Amino acid sequence: MDFKLPFKITFWKVVLLLIWLAGLVALIVRFTQGLGASTHLSDKFPWGLWIGFDVVSGVGLSAGAFTIAAAVYVFHVKRFYPILRPTILTAFLGYLLVIVGLLVDVGRPDRIYNPLFMGNIHSALFEVAMCVMFYTTVLFFEFSPILFERLGWSGPKRWITRVTVPLVILGVILSTMHQSSLGSLFLIIPQKLYTFWYTASLPLLFYVSAIAAGCAMIIFESHLSFRAFGHRLKADVLADIGRVLLVVLVLYALLKAYDFYGRGVWSAFFLPRMETWLFWLEILIGVIAPIILLSIRKVRLSTGGLYAAAVCTITGFLLNRLNISTTGLMASSGVHYFPSWMELAITLALVSTGFFIFAMAARYLPIFEHPHEPSHAGKPEVGFPEEVLEIETFSAGSG
Amino acid sequence: MAKGLLIDTTKCIGCQACALACKEANGLPGEQEEELSATAYTVVKQKGDVYYRRLCMHCNDPSCKSVCPVGAFEKTQEGAVIYHANKCIGCRYCMQACPFSVPTYEWKKRAPKVRKCILCYERLKEGKITACAEACPTGATTFGDREELLAEARKRIQENPGQYIDHIYGEKEAGGTSVFFLSSVPFAEFGFPANLPEDSLPKLTWAALKKVPSIVIFGGAFLYGTWWIIDRRMELAEYKSKQRESKFQEKK
Repeated sequence: MDFKLPFKITFWKVVLLLIWLAGLVALIVRFTQGLGASTHLSDKFPWGLWIGFDVVSGVGLSAGAFTIAAAVYVFHVKRFYPILRPTILTAFLGYLLVIVGLLVDVGRPDRIYNPLFMGNIHSALFEVAMCVMFYTTVLFFEFSPILFERLGWSGPKRWITRVTVPLVILGVILSTMHQSSLGSLFLIIPQKLYTFWYTASLPLLFYVSAIAAGCAMIIFESHLSFRAFGHRLKADVLADIGRVLLVVLVLYALLKAYDFYGRGVWSAFFLPRMETWLFWLEILIGVIAPIILLSIRKVRLSTGGLYAAAVCTITGFLLNRLNISTTGLMASSGVHYFPSWMELAITLALVSTGFFIFAMAARYLPIFEHPHEPSHAGKPEVGFPEEVLEIETFSAGSG
Repeated sequence: MAKGLLIDTTKCIGCQACALACKEANGLPGEQEEELSATAYTVVKQKGDVYYRRLCMHCNDPSCKSVCPVGAFEKTQEGAVIYHANKCIGCRYCMQACPFSVPTYEWKKRAPKVRKCILCYERLKEGKITACAEACPTGATTFGDREELLAEARKRIQENPGQYIDHIYGEKEAGGTSVFFLSSVPFAEFGFPANLPEDSLPKLTWAALKKVPSIVIFGGAFLYGTWWIIDRRMELAEYKSKQRESKFQEKK
């Protein structure tokens, strides 16, 4: 008898399945044996990879959505419209995964809704919790037209387009609060966080670097979608995002330099310590390298060059967030923390699930190809030159 | 009246009576422990020939209370910082934020709680003193009114300048606490944080969080205004170009 699998077995599918299997085992151990059995966390090191990566970094990587939504709807930069949908999808998925990460990390996930009813306005984490809840809801509504379009529900879609502008403004405010409040989390531990990273301007630095990471994510995922599906954004739109990224990175570098100057930490720059290495790695990869790359016009106009700059920015961003939430706290804690295989497995499973759902959505939902933009503020279409809105689609044969 | 503890490490003989009395009063299992844990709210430790204790400092403006997203911590009138386990979601921000790294977690449990000394709050309400102070045979740990304990500590330093270093740990650290230490050696040798600001730490967070309302109001107004102005301009531009077009067609 002829038996055929409904899908082809490839190397990456096997890797994906193995990661999910490991993640599943870890999840079972986490919820049956508790946090002690599944993580390397301890009384002296209560936050680890799940907070540092899954939550603190995940939110930052989702920052593209509010940036582009603000550009398109508030500032009427309509040429960015083609990247709006993939960016909102990224953020929506990012936030859903952050919530899953939180549910795995907190000791009593069954009480996760408690902050809604017993909020403490002095807590930065209360602000974070509120922003996660409300911005995920906003992202759902920003994402919903894509679903309605796919399902052919024109009624609800008209409804939601009518409130687009207030919704986007709410999203920008919630994101501004959320990104900066993640930095505020660490304001209360000046004696614990190493001097490179502890500063009163943590909220501002978190906000600016999240915008950079969000822009880099747009370039990153556009490149991957192109390779996987042949979806291609107009190159000049991406080059523009590259230019925005450059400006944001330079602003970030200036803020950092100003902060170092103000606190006079130059003397710590060459101390033979682990933190010095991590700090230089973070700055060189995440700030200096992409600034140099993006300053070169030829690099900015090449897909490969943009991609390299984006990967640098994202790596540096992750290093920064992990340094602030884990490695920068190690010296004062007096213990050495390295995540357990189960912490790593769940984190990897979350990331790969994100990639997987993104790929599925890109295939089955109108993310990259859709007829035309919903007119601004629900008014009749104003009409922009077709070629600006249109997405150039051609099969690259690599799919 | 706010209560507190004065711990004079020069009088401590390391007998562990306080740690064991604490276990008994709080129904905690196990024997003598080396470090604070979910089953040890206080421990007696040794540095050279000096014995000292570790326990919650019961800050005047506690970081744990300030950072808890669900308000599970409370600074009571009696000075005790207590914990309402039924609110706790297990985020462990209190442990991260505590300047003295005191709160511990029930890592092995499926429904874990944060654990720490609560200054024997139940006993306090009955008019009793803490179990540790009651058990101490040498008077190294004494219980009393916060201000009176501070005066007593100052008196001891003044009367025996050779015996003590001139520092009451907890008087000013992190905005002041309700548990004070006296010692003959610098507190840094015990691993007590020496770099704490004299101002309370929650103020650092509040400096950022208090800006949230203005970000919401001014940010919202700015964004809406920007949208409105650009939108109106585009509408006008479109209207004009249409007019021009129709005039052009009329001429033809």
